[in-house]
Amino acid sequence: MREGEADPGLYEFKAWRGRPKIRWPEGKTCAVWVAPNLEFYELDPPANPHRKSWPKPHPDVVGYSHRDHANRVSHWRMADVMSKYGFPGSVSLSVALCDHIPEVVEDANARGWEFFSHGIYNTRYSYGMDEAQERAIIEDSIETVKRATGQQIRGWLAPALTHTPRTLDLIAEYGLDYTCDLYHDDQPTDVAVAKGQLTAIPYSLEVNDHYGFFIYNMSPRDYADTLIRQFERLATEGEESGTVMCIPLHSYLIGQPHRIGPFEEVLKHIANDGRAWIARAGEIVDAFREQGDD
Amino acid sequence: MTLDPSYLEYPSRRRGMDHDHYPYSRFDTRDPIVWPDGKTVAIWPVISLEWFPITPEDDPFRAPGHMQTAYPDYRHYTSREYGSRVGLYRLLDAFEAIGAKISVAANSAIAERYPEIIEAIVAGGHELIAHSTDMNGTIASGMPAEEERTLIAQSVETLERVSGTRPRGWLSIARSQSFNTAKLLAEAGLDYMCDWVNDELPYHFATDAGEIVNIPLNHELSDRQIVNVQQQSADSYVQQIRDAYDWLSREAADHGGRMLPLHLTPYIMGLPYRMHAFDALARWLAEQPGAWITRGDAILDQWKEQA
Repeated sequence: MREGEADPGLYEFKAWRGRPKIRWPEGKTCAVWVAPNLEFYELDPPANPHRKSWPKPHPDVVGYSHRDHANRVSHWRMADVMSKYGFPGSVSLSVALCDHIPEVVEDANARGWEFFSHGIYNTRYSYGMDEAQERAIIEDSIETVKRATGQQIRGWLAPALTHTPRTLDLIAEYGLDYTCDLYHDDQPTDVAVAKGQLTAIPYSLEVNDHYGFFIYNMSPRDYADTLIRQFERLATEGEESGTVMCIPLHSYLIGQPHRIGPFEEVLKHIANDGRAWIARAGEIVDAFREQGDD
Repeated sequence: MTLDPSYLEYPSRRRGMDHDHYPYSRFDTRDPIVWPDGKTVAIWPVISLEWFPITPEDDPFRAPGHMQTAYPDYRHYTSREYGSRVGLYRLLDAFEAIGAKISVAANSAIAERYPEIIEAIVAGGHELIAHSTDMNGTIASGMPAEEERTLIAQSVETLERVSGTRPRGWLSIARSQSFNTAKLLAEAGLDYMCDWVNDELPYHFATDAGEIVNIPLNHELSDRQIVNVQQQSADSYVQQIRDAYDWLSREAADHGGRMLPLHLTPYIMGLPYRMHAFDALARWLAEQPGAWITRGDAILDQWKEQA
């Protein structure tokens, strides 16, 4: 990025109208990927001077134990529903989860899910890191996921969405293919990086379950309806040029007993529609790159 | 300025949790729990019965639902009092209508000020859970241990004196604890606490003063969260509880007994325009063949026999 400039120069402007046609496999119009956040939050993490780890004094019992619900209870519920309707996950992973709760990581790996890094812990932020420190968390991520799953990570979602001006250049330098940190489009985009090649894959804050339930205060059924409307619009517009729909999830939210039933109906709807290319993030990036951005 | 190098040190990065209170446990591979009479889902109603002084204190933090306007905030003081005078009795009637015994998490100030409420709860066969002293009795790290110990003792002993039975359970205000709380609760002889929301069944929680059980009281399904914080209707609340029950009931068929907490606030759910929906929900729950509507201590004892 162009540090300090008003426009960081991350990508070219391309109007939604009149773009070249992106084609997804088998004539599908909308590539749908599900991004479960598999995370570990620390009970008493050290302070980052730029952001508090927990809004309340430590121990933030509700904050911590709510997220711990993911690894004890709700991951399994969410993952079973995804598997039932044929949705693999592309995992936004706190890589320390490989050390703490390997059961969850092994389960995701056994289901054929892809892993990308979401930092070491979601309670450690990139703000204020120098280049060596940021390289250390990227190298740690690559090595830890390789050791735990055999997979080479291809993507990055900054821990708790905390970035430095160097993040995108560095992950491209380490050979990662995609970033989930830019929210400017419903199609993949080439990102301007110093070395290598980096693609921005559409992630979503707006239909993220966290936004749905805790920013917009939706009921479970309203959230399910939102996802179906999002899919219907993108699948229709995708007839012109293939679109991408991302469903970012946190099992401790979507896997609660009052939410998982309505969510199951969403996956059933998308799976039965016929227009969705249900894929992993890396496959979507590959299919996009094969066609070129121009 | 570069981040302190210690920020990239992870002394607790290891197998299991980053503390010693409980080991990791995976929900769907545990030995199945069996509830009495072949029931599959334990429904645990917990009414929070709170007294808000009109003189709020912010140390260590102001409780949710506390005074909001400049002193004297008659609006919130009296609205909360409405819960104790009126709303509570509507909820108790709803449970009496279906023959359910439930838990009431009461500030000890309620017992001191309104002993007839405690009498009605005890006479109804319900359980009292200690819920601090009054709504200025919040707990967080930084609170001197002796002060916290006194607060816990005052709450438990007052409820014991007025009700005739020592409470076995504890609920902190806003579920907020200090690093000492669990230890002090175990030290005070409490059998269980309801603060940690990381599971959907009871589990053992270790402290330096011995063990206490945590029975998770789902915070997301409380009327406060759904109606007051998320601004959804009573009908939506009812729908969500029914959806949760349906899901847990299906899970129970494969994995053993499940638990559905029903956390209620008299000044929220006990309003006339919401009670119709709640009465219908209570009747619906009572009609479910797998539902065991019961008190926290009954769940604890059943679970302990098998754990």
